[in-house]
Amino acid sequence: MGPRVQKLAMVLTLTLLLGGCGGSYVWGWYVLSPSLPRGQSNLLFLLSGAGNTVAVALCAITISVVLGLLIALPTLSGNRYARAFSRAYVEILRSVPMLVMVLWVYYGLPVVFNISPDVFTAGVIALALCDSAFEAEIFRAGIQSVDRGQQEAADALGLNYIDKMRYIVLPQAIRRVLPPLGNQFVYMLKTSSLLSVIGLTELTRRANELIVTEYRPLEIYSFLVLEYLALIMVASWLVRRLERRMAAGDRQNQTRDKGAATRKRGA
Amino acid sequence: MPVSDPAPVMVDVRGVNKWFGDFQALKGIDLTVRSGEKVIVCGPSGSGKSTMIRCINRLEPHDEGQIFVDGIELDDEVRNLAAIRSEVGMVFQQFNLFPHMSVLDNLVLAPMRVRKLSRRDAEEQAMLYLTRVRIAEQAKKFPGQLSGGQQQRVAIARALCMKPKVLLFDEPTSALDPEMISEVLDVMAELARDGMTMICVTHEMGFARQVADTMVFMDHGEIVEIAPTQDFFAAPKSERAKLFLSQILAH
Repeated sequence: MGPRVQKLAMVLTLTLLLGGCGGSYVWGWYVLSPSLPRGQSNLLFLLSGAGNTVAVALCAITISVVLGLLIALPTLSGNRYARAFSRAYVEILRSVPMLVMVLWVYYGLPVVFNISPDVFTAGVIALALCDSAFEAEIFRAGIQSVDRGQQEAADALGLNYIDKMRYIVLPQAIRRVLPPLGNQFVYMLKTSSLLSVIGLTELTRRANELIVTEYRPLEIYSFLVLEYLALIMVASWLVRRLERRMAAGDRQNQTRDKGAATRKRGA
Repeated sequence: MPVSDPAPVMVDVRGVNKWFGDFQALKGIDLTVRSGEKVIVCGPSGSGKSTMIRCINRLEPHDEGQIFVDGIELDDEVRNLAAIRSEVGMVFQQFNLFPHMSVLDNLVLAPMRVRKLSRRDAEEQAMLYLTRVRIAEQAKKFPGQLSGGQQQRVAIARALCMKPKVLLFDEPTSALDPEMISEVLDVMAELARDGMTMICVTHEMGFARQVADTMVFMDHGEIVEIAPTQDFFAAPKSERAKLFLSQILAH
């Protein structure tokens, strides 16, 4: 609880300082005052973007995790062409800036493939594609961290590739990649702000829309910062809880493993 | 005696060569193992013992020559590979149990997925083999909770659950504390008495003398000597084998 309260206090202090030291700038917090009817409706308007921000990030991370796993698996196979394909996929998608991808998917897909996704779908596709390259690298590292002997034991028992991955390798790999996966999700929540450019009514878009009618960008963007801060604090709290739960199931194993390792070294 | 044994050939290795880059790990390996025969492979470290038995279930592919297991040739044919791997059990130096599964789940996974046994049948069979390696009371524990000797016995039981025709052992006691070695060797000796076909890489010469029909001595990637156990220990023919035995039996 402590560090989080501190973080919040720091932001509030900064905001107050900005208010105090802004030189000639006169702050107009009335646009967002909960005690005024106008402020209330403005606040509700800004907060109404949260649903889309969360929804688009959740959809995109789900797709990109699946995609990333599918891309990661061939990089570890013996097939040279499959490996080259995965490598190329990761290199190309990793180098496309997110904003460029968003614009390309939204304005490019209708022309090139004659399909017109709505803004939400286009946003999910763009975020998922860009992120999948990073997920693929995370999964590759995770799978490679599983001891080779595990795969050899599975092979020696006659398990086929799918069973070997499903029962032996992935269960062990996923526990290890959970922290970076959580990190990607937090990152995704923030990056979804880029979708305001194509008109998805998420948090940033709502802020931009309100600025056009209220002419109070500094107040509204400051509030936007607080909105993302709150959202991401909740998200990282959830991720940490998940990690701790997985770690608790694993910790017994780990201490036991350490014991086994010492025994081995002693031999 | 094994030489005149009419038992069918189980493993047949013919003129196998293998390279790791420029290094030739196996040089013209010829080895015939008959059903029920116990073969112990010994030799200095780096002599290609492990590589050879890892070739027999194709954990390492060989580059030249042929390997037949129960009449099926090991090649790039996926169906042959699956057929052979389910007939050849392997026990590793580092046990390689699946740490995220209970002992019982370690044992039932392959019979259920490969042999298509029901969970009930697979568990029944698993308990049978766990009893045989004298560790049935640990079925619900995780590998990390067991001692090295117990883990290796679980690994042997896991291999047995596939009802293999041949069992390969790759230095099964080298990662164990001295006081745990005998519990594993006892289990292996019992298997040998029950007629299991075994190929075992080990430095345990006392165990070799007790259970082996045939001794194979390897050095620098080639088989230097193959002899019936008594002959090998009484009078090794090659100088290298003599030297090796004198070194290993010295202490």
